[in-house]
Amino acid sequence: MFWTYAALLLLVFVAANVYGRFRALQVAGHQLSVLHSRPTYHGGYLAILSTLPAFVLLIAWAVVEPRMLDMMVISANAEVIEGLSKPELQAFLRDARAIAFGGIVAFSDAGKEQAAEVFASLAQTSFVLKSVLMVGLVLGGLWYGNRAIRPTMRARHFVERTVMGLLILCSAVAIFTTIGIVLSLIFESLMFFRQIPILDFVFGTHWSPQSAFEGAGAEHGEANTKIFGAIPLLVGTMLITAIAIIVAAPIGLLSAIYLSDYASTPVRAIAKPVLEILAGIPTVVYGFFAALTVAPFIRGWGESIGLSVSSESALAAGLVMGIMIIPFVSSLSDDVINAVPQSLRDGSAGLGATKSETIRRVVLPAALPGIVSALILAISRAIGETMIVVMAAGLAANMTVNPLEAVTTVTVQIVTLLVGDQEFDSAKTLAAFALGLLLFCITLALNIFALRVVKKYREQYD
Amino acid sequence: MALEMTTDTESAMDTTISAPPAVSAEGETLKMRGRDVKVFYGDKQALHGVDLDVRKNQVTALIGPSGCGKSTFLRCLNRMNDTIDICRVEGDILLDNDDVYDPRIDVVELRARVGMVFQKPNPFPKSIFENVAYGPRIHGLAQSKADLEEIVASSLQRAGLFEEVKDRLDEPGTGLSGGQQQRLCIARAIAVSPEVILMDEPCSALDPIATAKVEELIDELRQNYTIVIVTHSMQQAARVSQRTAFFHLGTLVEEGLTNDIFTNPKDQRTQDYITGRFG
Repeated sequence: MFWTYAALLLLVFVAANVYGRFRALQVAGHQLSVLHSRPTYHGGYLAILSTLPAFVLLIAWAVVEPRMLDMMVISANAEVIEGLSKPELQAFLRDARAIAFGGIVAFSDAGKEQAAEVFASLAQTSFVLKSVLMVGLVLGGLWYGNRAIRPTMRARHFVERTVMGLLILCSAVAIFTTIGIVLSLIFESLMFFRQIPILDFVFGTHWSPQSAFEGAGAEHGEANTKIFGAIPLLVGTMLITAIAIIVAAPIGLLSAIYLSDYASTPVRAIAKPVLEILAGIPTVVYGFFAALTVAPFIRGWGESIGLSVSSESALAAGLVMGIMIIPFVSSLSDDVINAVPQSLRDGSAGLGATKSETIRRVVLPAALPGIVSALILAISRAIGETMIVVMAAGLAANMTVNPLEAVTTVTVQIVTLLVGDQEFDSAKTLAAFALGLLLFCITLALNIFALRVVKKYREQYD
Repeated sequence: MALEMTTDTESAMDTTISAPPAVSAEGETLKMRGRDVKVFYGDKQALHGVDLDVRKNQVTALIGPSGCGKSTFLRCLNRMNDTIDICRVEGDILLDNDDVYDPRIDVVELRARVGMVFQKPNPFPKSIFENVAYGPRIHGLAQSKADLEEIVASSLQRAGLFEEVKDRLDEPGTGLSGGQQQRLCIARAIAVSPEVILMDEPCSALDPIATAKVEELIDELRQNYTIVIVTHSMQQAARVSQRTAFFHLGTLVEEGLTNDIFTNPKDQRTQDYITGRFG
């Protein structure tokens, strides 16, 4: 029903647009110069005026109607519903709806039949009311807009303001979604911190949430506070990230230097996209590459020289993650190195510097802030990466900096905590939100830092 | 073209250094000589066989309308055209008696002898001191820190910038005004003690006062260096140069004493250009 109306409105929109144009030309006596706004804008003006209010009504109706109907049905059948618990009430309404509008009915009784009748008649009324209102809004808009079209009318201003409103709305969606996610993280984390003190969480060195008391609450708090220490997870995350950066920074940076200053145009045209394909490989593919190819290889290699390597090692996960973030480092660094003006390279060459001297002493120092921010963005990407570490790093929350041992990361533990059946008020489940918040704060801080560096860099070259 | 072709320890410059310098008909030393220089950018020919001499301790101005090949010729003199992939140079360019396009010549050494100042001031994003010290450092000209400071100070002095910046040598070179930046670039070029300084429209991005200072500086530098300057301003050519060469459509139309070129040009095209009929 909703989509039928939306399609009809679209038709009206197009028709009003065409008519508005025609009308504008007509009132101008086909002399474009007497019109304040071009005919297109008059078309847009009429189209917006006729359809936008009706469209808003349509959406509002779709949001509000089901709730209104439920409330009215409940108040109309108060004596039947009395004494029902919340799930029972929901089942009652579901069945009544199914009887009224078609669908699978669990079981029906007289009360539900009666509620279904109310549903049907209310829906009928709602439909008529909606249709009348929408037709009225469309016709009113057309009538008003049609009258308003005259050469001096500032249709362009109206259309541009409406478009601007649309743009604001779109960016607001992204912003409010972010705010919503952050708020939900914060509220769930607060519930967690009510059970586990925040200091025990952030500075605790023991992590074994699986041994938490079921239904852990304040009464079990004493035992539970000792097992939610995030430090081992942070150490594991940092270890794997450090390995990844040790792999990615030199390879990415040096390949960026090659691409920007040494590669001939045809080589660059092929090599750069190929490098960027690395970024397009799904992380789960990297994950099984790490778990099935790299990890056994490292273990075999370690055993051959007499080292004990666990089958899920930080080294394997870190190496593969490093390969994954190479394109971030190389692509971003390549951009900033290219942004160093050619005049600086010429100036250096003109003084008799070799190409490598020019790169080391002029180009890289000039590009350094940009390179740093590229590295930081790569780091924050590595910290948040999940799939590779889930598959290759293991679950044991060892607090170690030995890359040959199994470690676990914040992201892996979030996955583990939320897989399977959970209760939403247990410390175990809520810990995932606290970890998410922790991770969010770390990457946010890194990103802010990177953006500040980039900003400083921009000021230098404007 | 590879930048570092010289592998033998004995470079071409050392072997020929004893040959007597070339001289002009008037007995003036010829620092650089171009013979039948042709330059191609891909399929397009930019210079059609140019013969031009640069006399020692004089300022030679290259003038002509845009696209006439004067900058291209200038960039041939220290092989800055090497950085352009599709550029090809034919003919001979001699520095003293060395062919600069000889494969045995190390382009790095060449550019240390033939320095360049560019159209737009391009100080490195380093301190004023580091900008000037850059060349001496890479060529190992200073034995000690004191040596280096001495070179920097004297270069800045010769570029007429020392008094203005002596208290803030640690500040970034990019923070100076346009005219100061250009003089910093000249100081940077002087610091490696080149024999020839090439200037590609060095004043086109400067205001009149800064221009006057740079022109004054060019005139002073003539004592110690040989200077080739490309300029769009005929007044500037007349003010700073001893000899002027007029380029048109990739050919050298006329070359002679600046005075003669501007008062008594032999070629009709030169006459037309300097009186402002085209270009």
